[in-house]
Order: sequence, then structure tokens, then C-alpha cells
Amino acid sequence: MNFLPFDPVAAVLIVPVGGAALLALVPGYRASARLNIVISLTTFLSAVSLFVVDRPVPGTYMLVDDLNIVFIVLNTFVGFTTSIFSGSYIAHELETGRLTTTNLRFYHAMYQIMMFGMNLAFVSGNIGLMWVAVELATLTTVVMVGMYRTHEALEAAWKYFILGSVGIAFALFGTILVYMAARPVLGEGQDAMVWTNLIAKASAFDPALLNVAFVFLLLGYGTKVGLAPLHAWLPDAHAEGPTPISAVLSGLLLNVALYAVLRFKMLLAANPDAITPGPLMVTMGLVSLIFAAFMLYRRRDIKRLFAYSSIEHMGIIVFAFGMGGALANFAGLLHMVMHSLTKSAIFYAVGHIAQAKGTQKIADIRGLTVTHPALGWGLVIGVVAIAGMPPFGVFMSEFLVVTSTFARQPVLAILLVFGLLVAFGALLLRVTDLAFGEPQGNTARAEASYVPMYVHFALVLIAGIYLPPPLVAWFQHVAGLLG
Amino acid sequence: MSRLVIDIAHMLAGSLVLISFMMLYQDRLFALINIFALHAVVLTLSVTWQAYIQHAPHLYVTAAIALVFKAIIIPVALHRIIQRLGIHRDIETAVGIGLTMLAGMALVALSIVLMLRVTSDADPIAREDLAFALSVILLGLLVMVTRRNAVSQVIGFMSLENGLVLAATGAKGMPLVVEISVAFSILIAFIVVGVFLFRIRERFDTVDVAALDEYRGERQ
Repeated sequence: MNFLPFDPVAAVLIVPVGGAALLALVPGYRASARLNIVISLTTFLSAVSLFVVDRPVPGTYMLVDDLNIVFIVLNTFVGFTTSIFSGSYIAHELETGRLTTTNLRFYHAMYQIMMFGMNLAFVSGNIGLMWVAVELATLTTVVMVGMYRTHEALEAAWKYFILGSVGIAFALFGTILVYMAARPVLGEGQDAMVWTNLIAKASAFDPALLNVAFVFLLLGYGTKVGLAPLHAWLPDAHAEGPTPISAVLSGLLLNVALYAVLRFKMLLAANPDAITPGPLMVTMGLVSLIFAAFMLYRRRDIKRLFAYSSIEHMGIIVFAFGMGGALANFAGLLHMVMHSLTKSAIFYAVGHIAQAKGTQKIADIRGLTVTHPALGWGLVIGVVAIAGMPPFGVFMSEFLVVTSTFARQPVLAILLVFGLLVAFGALLLRVTDLAFGEPQGNTARAEASYVPMYVHFALVLIAGIYLPPPLVAWFQHVAGLLG
Repeated sequence: MSRLVIDIAHMLAGSLVLISFMMLYQDRLFALINIFALHAVVLTLSVTWQAYIQHAPHLYVTAAIALVFKAIIIPVALHRIIQRLGIHRDIETAVGIGLTMLAGMALVALSIVLMLRVTSDADPIAREDLAFALSVILLGLLVMVTRRNAVSQVIGFMSLENGLVLAATGAKGMPLVVEISVAFSILIAFIVVGVFLFRIRERFDTVDVAALDEYRGERQ
């Protein structure tokens, strides 16, 4: 049903690029913040149209299939809501003088380039192009993390750059090895880097080479996912950059890297002689989960707290995909979507809270529900949701991960539950400090945009109570693809 | 393919590993930069040779980038930066040189054992090339972790990247090699010449990453 000469794949790429160029030229920050929202909305609508318009035939460079549609739509949606949050966030930063209008021009242009990089990573049907796209998305976030130019921001950006580059290097080496494995079968040149060809012929590849390649890819892209022990950049980058970037990092960029890992996992699954990537991913996931859960107790900075929570949840997701099988994959996918929505909404709340209170220190923030009820209760809802309490969607996906694991590996399930409970305790402990008790610090009203935050929470709540059957069927279908 | 052709390819890739080793024990920044320039020159030769034996003219572009950008522009720029910053004194190494060299040998042994075992079916040039490339990558990583100075960490990263280019050119017919080397050059230019060092210098008295580490995340 292609009535118009409209190509949604091209649109999700061209709109952000054109937008970036435009935003670099627009001088007023009010206009550019609105323009940023419009551009992000257009990208989101183009992504949604992928469901109705005929999909392009998988080519050398582009690929749209049932798996990456989920990622693209989620990516552009959170990109859109973050742009709304960003609008009110930066207005305050400008007032307090932390950012200048020139900074903001740069910031908006970079925001769209980052969206372009992430969308390109999702739609690329070519392992080389995907690598370039992930690199681009990372680079733009490095620059944005260092934007405040404070001591801490520079350290965070430097650390992120160093660890990110090492990750990028390993991922490229892994990519080269995959090409080497594919070349004898698919011949030289572009063909041996195209996903559809790789998956179709994977059974004939040299399994030893593929195994080594996967280890490098898991280490490389795993650094980006924030898996322990390669997570060191993540808390700093989240804490020191502008909060919209923290929201996008947690909600989206981690997913981009995860998507890359999943693709390569599918490749290995298609080769009967290669190692099963499951145990590796299960181990890394569990280690990240338990490590991050304990680290949550010692956090004094509110943004760092939720950054560690992101490590914890990425651990759960990687664990679920590592377990494999239709049910665990389903749970992993659902958890990924729920985490993206909840965590970005939490960062929207945290960003406004830190602005209203003028600090990120947990010890200096008390009684938020009294001083800033909308933000305070938003944070409470967010933490309740992310800690995995019913009736929110995160509860359902965690429940599915745990039950599917209990049925197959009870020991692993016990470890998983242990990690979840430890994290649960830490988060509730912190949120009671933050939200209740004697109000402390600045009580001035905050100029905040509550809509994106509560829309996300509503979606997570609805997903926890009732998932529409077509959506379930869709997720089940995708879970089946992941093997 | 004649024996000589393969031997030359191996010799060039092997020299790259050797030069990576030389980086490990340099304790002066200027010397480290010069060694890096040499690294880039040998990489250029290696890539040129690969371009010639694979009849792949696009690799000459990669070779040219390596020569002009990495062997000339970046070292000159780094020299300037170091002089401007006034940090042309000794480098502080985080780990002793003896220990670093031992670790380097262990890494090279590891990569050769690993890559030769898994690539038994690949063609002989690519086989050893990959082993050498992985050695260069791991040694670059070692330079990065044993140095505290931001400039030497960048040099470590660039030598690591040379290893990647070696691997990519050794993989016969690999597409996007030129694009990837351009992407990397942009990344490096970004970092070296541009914002980061400058801003770090702008804000701090030293480009020593250890000085940045004071903050160690949590602010009390």
C-alpha cells in the first residue's frame, strides 16, 4: 500500500541530518528547541509509518525486518519525548548561565546527529556500516557529556572517550573477523558484510573464527552496553552531562549496542558448530546485575544512582537474551522496552529536581513530595516501577525472566532474584530519603514539563496491566527470530 | 603467491609489532611521538604492499592517509601541543618498564597462539597478519593503561588503531576499509587537535589524567 513516493527508511535518516543542519543555523534557542521537537516528531512518525508502508527490500546497506522495527520505533519515540523535556530543561540552564546560546545551537545540532547515528545503526543491513553508525552515535554523546566544561564533566568525557574507543576498536576487530569467516563462503567484497547473506550462509562459516569474533564483539559492544567490568564510563557520563543526554544514553544508546550484540548472537546461533553465546552473556549479565545492585547502596549523587540502576537493568536484559528460548527472549525484549521508557522518564524527573534544588547530592534533597509534589511523586512512581513492583510493566518482564529461568536453571534464578532484591532494597531506601521527610533546600516552584514523564509512566503502567494481544503476538514473533 | 611476497608482508607486519614494543619503554614524550611516527610509516609501507599484492588500488588511499595524516600531521601537531603546554618532561608510567615488557610479551604470545589456532583455514598472509594485528592492538591497549599522561594515552590509542588498519587491509577484499580509516582519522583529529586536550589544558595545570582522577566519581 505504497501510495506516495515516501520512503520511511530514508526519512528516519534524512530528517535528523537535515534537522541538524537547520538547527546549526537557527540562532534563537526558543525557536530551535521547538524545531528540535518538530524534527524529532517527524522522525518518530516516519518510523511508525514503517508498520503501514511496504518495507524496502533488504539491500546492501539497509535492512528493515521485524526485529529492528521495534528498536527504531522505541528509539524515535524516546528521542521525541526527550526533545520536549530538553526544551524546558535547557531554558533553565540558560537562565542559570550554565550554558550559552552558542552552546545550545551546537547542542541541538548534535542531538539530531546522535539520533541519526542511532537510527542508522538500527537500519543498517551491513556490519561495517553498523560499526560506523555506532561510532558516530558514541562520538556525539562524548562531546555532549563534556559540554558543561567543568572539571567533572571533562573527566567523565575523557573516561568515556578512552573506554568507548577501546570498545569501538574491539568491535571493529570482531567485525573484521566475521568478514574473514564469511569471505571463503560469500566471496570478496560487500556481499560478505550484508546481514541477510551472513545469516543465510552462516552454517558454512568457520566456527572457530566466528567464536573469536563473537568474543571481541561482545567485549566491544558490551562496553557500550555498560556491562561490568567494562562499565566504568557509564556512571560518570550519566552524572556529568546534561540530563536529556543522560536520559538518551540510558534509554537509547545502551539499546543500540545491545541490538548489535543480538544481531551477532543470531549469527552464531545460525552456525551449529559455533559456541553457544548464551553462557557468556548470562555470566556478564549476572555479574553486572549483582555488582550494580550492591553499588547502588553507596551512591550519593542522584544521577549516578540511576546510572548504576541502568547497569543493573542492562545486566538483566543481557541475562535474559543469554538464556535464550522464546519465553526468555520475549521477557528480554519487553524488559528492554520497559526499561527505556521508565529510565528516561526517571531522568526527566531527576533533571528537573536537580535544577529545582540546585544540587545532585542525595543528602541535600529531602521531602520532595512536599516541596515539588508533581516531581516528587513522579520520582516515587518511577522508582517503584524501576524497582520492579506491580502493577508496572517492569514487574511483569522481570517476573517473566525469573520464572523462565526457574524452569530451566534454578541456581541461576536464585542468583538473579538475589540481585533483584538487593537492588530493590537500595532503590526504596534512597527514594524514601529523597521523597519524604522534612523538606530541605530550595522550595521554589520548578518550571518543568511533566507531560513526557507521565506519558512514559502511563505507558509502562498500561503495559503492566494489559498488553494488547497483537503486541504480544508481535513480540513473540520477534522473540522466536532471536532463537 | 611466491614465498618472497608473503615474507615481505610478514616482515612489515612484524616490524609493526616490534615498534609497538619500542613504545612501551619510551619515557619521554617527544621520543614516544617520534616512535609513533615511525609506526605510521611502517604501516604505510605495509598497506602499500598489501595494495600492490592484492591489486586493490583503493588501499593506496588508506596508505596515503596513514602517511600524510598519522606520520606527518599528527606528530607535528602533538609536538606543538606539548611545547605549548610545556610538558616535554618525563612521562610518568603507572607500571614499571620491566613489568610492562613482560606483559607485552605475554599479550603477543596470547594473540599469536589464539589467532593461528582459529585461522587454520585462512590464506597464509591473512593468517599471520591477523595475529600481528591483534598483537599491535593489545600492545596499544597496554600503552594506554600503563600511561597516565593524556597525550601518551592518545598515542596508545592511535597505535591500537594502526593495528586495526593492518587487520582490515590484511582481510582480502574487505569493503569500507578506506571509509573506516577516514572515520578513524576524523575521530583522532577530533580528539588530538581539537577540543579535549585544549579544554583539559584550559582548565587544569597539567594534562596528566591522574590529576583528573582526583574526582573519582563521587563528590563528597
